[in-house]
Amino acid sequence: MSKGERKKLIIGLAFISPWLLGFFIFYIYPFIASIYYSFTVYHIISPPEFIGLRNYVDLITRDPLFIISIKNTLYYAGISLPLGILMGIIIALLLNTRVKGMAFYRTIFFLPVVVPFAAHAILWKWILNPRYGIINYLIGLLGVKHPPGWFQVAGWAKPGLIIMALWASGQAIIIYLAGMQDIPKTLFEVADLDGANWFQKIKNITLPMISNVILFNLVMGLIQAFQFFTQPFIISKGTGRPMDSMLMYNLYLYKQAFKFFNMGYACAMAWLLFVAIILITLFVFKTSKNWVFYGGE
Amino acid sequence: MPLTRKKKETINRVSAAVVLIILAAAFGFPFFWMIITSIKPTEEVFIYPPKIIPKVLHMVNYVEAATMIPYFRYLWNTVYIAIVWTSGIIFCSTLTAYGFSRLKWKGRDIFFYIMLATMMVPFQVILIPLFVMYSKIHWVGTFKPLTWPGFLGFSGAFYIFLMRQFFMTLPKDLEDAAKIDGCNEFQVFLRIMLPLVKPGLAAVVLFCFVAVWNDFLEPLVYINSQDKYTLALGIYNFAAARFSSWPRLMASAIQISLPVIIVFFFVQKTFIQGITLTGIKG
Repeated sequence: MSKGERKKLIIGLAFISPWLLGFFIFYIYPFIASIYYSFTVYHIISPPEFIGLRNYVDLITRDPLFIISIKNTLYYAGISLPLGILMGIIIALLLNTRVKGMAFYRTIFFLPVVVPFAAHAILWKWILNPRYGIINYLIGLLGVKHPPGWFQVAGWAKPGLIIMALWASGQAIIIYLAGMQDIPKTLFEVADLDGANWFQKIKNITLPMISNVILFNLVMGLIQAFQFFTQPFIISKGTGRPMDSMLMYNLYLYKQAFKFFNMGYACAMAWLLFVAIILITLFVFKTSKNWVFYGGE
Repeated sequence: MPLTRKKKETINRVSAAVVLIILAAAFGFPFFWMIITSIKPTEEVFIYPPKIIPKVLHMVNYVEAATMIPYFRYLWNTVYIAIVWTSGIIFCSTLTAYGFSRLKWKGRDIFFYIMLATMMVPFQVILIPLFVMYSKIHWVGTFKPLTWPGFLGFSGAFYIFLMRQFFMTLPKDLEDAAKIDGCNEFQVFLRIMLPLVKPGLAAVVLFCFVAVWNDFLEPLVYINSQDKYTLALGIYNFAAARFSSWPRLMASAIQISLPVIIVFFFVQKTFIQGITLTGIKG
């Protein structure tokens, strides 16, 4: 390394040094500690006691709540993500028709995103109140005799959470819309000359051209859905009830760590989650080669 | 008779507008209902069929929501955390982003990718060791875990990335000219570059502010006395204790949402720009 290069390296490292220091304190150390804790019984008051793989074995073989929390999370992610993508694209497509009052619509669709999670959860617990909520009143007007019990019955709690998530998906809408506005107009003009209809243009131009944006939103959505916590926590007052229907993976992890102080057990859960996120993200990126179009890059 | 292209386009446009109006009504309705409920007397929300317009305006709900919990105490706690944490993130993210964008040095890109990778780490993986660490140095029960780590870029990868995007748009000639005038790297950063990325700073401040306002898990874990609650934690405890005084709860929900919504209306452009910058160019 020449003298000039070394000087550049030192200056570069100096600029990133606050982050670099933080990286060791807040990521590297906790990473190592958390792997270690996951092989121990640790209740904070006494030092961790090494037990090998027992936490992992216990989780997988004899903890029904662990399995339930995985099922709940997969149910939530598996339905809210595709629905969110579909709805986001449809709304962005509609906005992209250059309707009048664009600024107004954009604000309306985005506003739910800035509602704090706590307010979001409380608001929807009221709107979806089985007896006095406005949604069930409207459903009743349609002639439905027994409207859903939403957050009070096991079968309807997750659909309720999914509706809440869809309401707050404005961020994805904005990103899709920006992606659509980036598409060169000439593509559509050529398609018009060829006599393509609206649907063909969407299928053959718009969707392929925003496929990288869909991938971005999908990956971000996956990471968020797997860490879903605040809304089910608030709505179920930290329990995950009724019948553990809102016991999301992270809610269960939180309970293990900060209610029962099973820190080792919770760390094992955290690592399984991390591995799952990495594997699923890799899988999405691998398969994305078949459907994401990187034109001209 | 086949429709002309023009007519077809008009039909498409009108139908798109109709669907949009319906969707917008559906998205806006919860806000409307939140406001309507917040101005009703408690008895009136349990009437069937529900009344759209309340008989009398029961504005006292807002007063009660702000006095039944120490609202202003919680507001100050939240604002305090937001100010310190955001200052920290501004300090760290501008320096780091500058080092990742305007300077060329060996290994820069490797560090940059490592920084990006930290965004993938679920918070729960690091939460427990951090909790243990903070309890050992007696930070649990104070605001410190929620504020000071910002100066070292804790959970700041997104902001560093965002600032880097802004720094990259600046022309190279600027720093060359400044260097000829005898500025060193740090002076170039502070005097020339930083003033030019004000829109980026605005976006970072905004996102930090919203993140602190939204944060629930961290205060839940680190704060254990009521006088240190943030707004999110405060309203949760209020709600958990009395999940039936809906008008007051709605007034409360409005009171904690309003600061963010007002800010959003003032700087909508910055918001949207920040989001699209990360989504598209990411």
